[in-house]
Amino acid sequence: MKNKELVCGNIAFSEAAIRGGCRYYYGYPITPQNEVTSYMSSRMDEVGGVFLQAESEIASINMVFGAALTGARAMTSSSSPGISLMQEGISYLAACELPAVIANVMRGGPGLGNIAPAQSDYFQAVKGGGHGDYRLIVYAPSTVQEVVDYTYKSFSVAEKYRMQVMILMDGLLGQMMEPVVFPEMVEFKGIKSDWSITGCKGRAPRLVRSLFLGRGVLEDHNKKLQEKYKKAEETELKYETYKTEDAEVLLTSFGICARFCRKAVDLLREKGVAAGLFRPVTLWPFPGDKLFKVAENVKKIVCVEMNAGQMVEDVRLSVSNPEKVSFFGRTGGGIPSVSKIVEFAK
Amino acid sequence: MEERIVISGFGGQGIIALGKFIALTAMNSDKHVTYLPSYGAEVRGGTANCQIIISDEEIASPCIEDMDILIAMNQPSFDRFCGNVVTGGLIVVNTSLAAAKPGAVNIPATEIAVSLGEKKIANVVALGALLAREEFLSVKDIKDALPVVLKGRCEKILRLNVQALNAGLRNSE
Amino acid sequence: MKTLYKKPESLNDIVTHYCPGCGHGIVHRLIAEVIDELNIREKTIGVAPVGCAVLAYNYFNFDVTEAAHGRAPAVATGIKRALPDNFVFSYQGDGDLAAIGTGEIIHAANRSENISVVFVNNTVYGMTGGQMAPTTLVGQKTLTSPGGRSSCTAGNPVKVCELLAPLEGVKYLYRGAVSSPSKINTVKKAIKQSFEIQLAGGGFSLVEILAQCPTYWGMTPCESVKHIETELVKTFPLGEIKKWKKE
Repeated sequence: MKNKELVCGNIAFSEAAIRGGCRYYYGYPITPQNEVTSYMSSRMDEVGGVFLQAESEIASINMVFGAALTGARAMTSSSSPGISLMQEGISYLAACELPAVIANVMRGGPGLGNIAPAQSDYFQAVKGGGHGDYRLIVYAPSTVQEVVDYTYKSFSVAEKYRMQVMILMDGLLGQMMEPVVFPEMVEFKGIKSDWSITGCKGRAPRLVRSLFLGRGVLEDHNKKLQEKYKKAEETELKYETYKTEDAEVLLTSFGICARFCRKAVDLLREKGVAAGLFRPVTLWPFPGDKLFKVAENVKKIVCVEMNAGQMVEDVRLSVSNPEKVSFFGRTGGGIPSVSKIVEFAK
Repeated sequence: MEERIVISGFGGQGIIALGKFIALTAMNSDKHVTYLPSYGAEVRGGTANCQIIISDEEIASPCIEDMDILIAMNQPSFDRFCGNVVTGGLIVVNTSLAAAKPGAVNIPATEIAVSLGEKKIANVVALGALLAREEFLSVKDIKDALPVVLKGRCEKILRLNVQALNAGLRNSE
Repeated sequence: MKTLYKKPESLNDIVTHYCPGCGHGIVHRLIAEVIDELNIREKTIGVAPVGCAVLAYNYFNFDVTEAAHGRAPAVATGIKRALPDNFVFSYQGDGDLAAIGTGEIIHAANRSENISVVFVNNTVYGMTGGQMAPTTLVGQKTLTSPGGRSSCTAGNPVKVCELLAPLEGVKYLYRGAVSSPSKINTVKKAIKQSFEIQLAGGGFSLVEILAQCPTYWGMTPCESVKHIETELVKTFPLGEIKKWKKE
């Protein structure tokens, strides 16, 4: 209990990134994740890293691209409108297979929307917000400690597959404080690789690019990407179940919203309803097969989200009984109350 | 045991600071705790509020619908949240800026703070008054946490906070 | 036997995709010669643009990457901040640098990122088939200004060097052309100056090079060379726009 610190989600992922060996942070201020830029600006100084307040999110993600090219651990973060601006850069990172970590502290949209918590960037994160056939590994933590844990490990996962990892949070998780234990500082010396761009001393020149002209060259490249995505799909899957063994009513939810549902499950059980919760922790890869098994004998599946119904599409695709799936959610920054979830699900 | 606390007032009344302080004390007392502030443009010039849940068990939702304790540092805060206090719950009213309420912990926190020489310390006065009625965290733990939170600040500030806490403990109705 | 002329080590021995009479090939060679002369090939990292020079990476014999359209200064910033001892330059055309990448170039310049920028201005979009560029001359006909560029509806040509000159972070600006052997020699000196500034930790510098595009100017290579010297220079005067002052 001794090493606990009380921090908000935004500081949690900032410090966890630094502990995880990230020494390059590029970002642009946006609510509700403004704690990040101010924290990084002083913390990077302390650890001998680089913080740069970029002129835009477009520049931020491209600076991350430059740092990642050299084999360094680099990240950026933003909230929904800023993440939209980064989609071009994310597509290039994916094409060039550069490991990088991007945190999205979601707010209400579309457009400038508002600054209230939301989960309406599920499609963007999971289905590919930029152009082309690519995937991101998407973690949806639901506690501040999980924010720490998944951010910390995201760099090595990104490097393992040469993929981009997105930490998908929302304004609530970014702003709320909880006690956390931070892991040890990683001594990261840079990736030793056969692809990083460092100057060609003692070796043949290297090229990192995303333009693949010539017949079939891009198709071959894409096939290679798909193969590694398949590998990630098999090994990086994470999910959590709560009281699902005898559940007749199954709630599905991700991120902060899953915590409301966990409370709802307890209240429903007090009312005699055998409720349970299935929470995907990785939104991509989506734990569809696991959900299929858990959902097989339930009478009712309720997907709860802070959007107009996005993950519910994957839930319907995953289960054998999609007609049993219903959706409950609030959009535009509204937060579904536990009592309303209980009322809907019982 | 689970205590759901809402603290609300004008921006600048130390709402956020008091909330963090309570959350930190709870953490140091080995409790589970969540702290959730209102944020963004909403807190500029308007009302600020924060929600704290302290529990012996893991906390599911950090959002409070109905609260056990409300600390209302001004009238708009009282008006906004008093309807969500559970039966048997507790309301602390800063009577310097809100009308006294029968059955509530009524304390002229701002006036007491001014008499101590620092208007901003009204938040800690209110906390003292609350603890006098219900010791949801031990007064000892609170007093132990003060130097931790105020680490790096001058001795005078710490003394002022202890005085404010004691004044609240003494003066609550 | 005395060697008078050989392929620079920094250039690969392959045929380029550039049109006959295009200025890009000359600029590539100048960069390669300067890198050889400064003996920095093994620590050089080039950032290629999107545009006609998108395939520049095929021709250079050192580490190269390719940035999204206009983002080369941001990518170069990321590289240089991570590897300050390496030599980093971006190679950009007029669409890449002066249209879609305006934000990135201005802010990299203003931060005085210790990088070098080689900016090739041929007043037209070549890769996409000859559309108007931000630097297209008033009256110049392109696919998207068929009646000639009108300053009323399309504005006047963007003068990048003059735009950047007032920024304190900008340490050296030169505008040259590759339209004659003497001008080519002068441009080479400017490129070398820019590269040396970076090697000395001097900060941001940019060399703008007026280059011929016979294909989309609708001219022969000889006519297009003449066109630079008679027409382009009126809008884009040659010479040192900002002198390097050693601090």
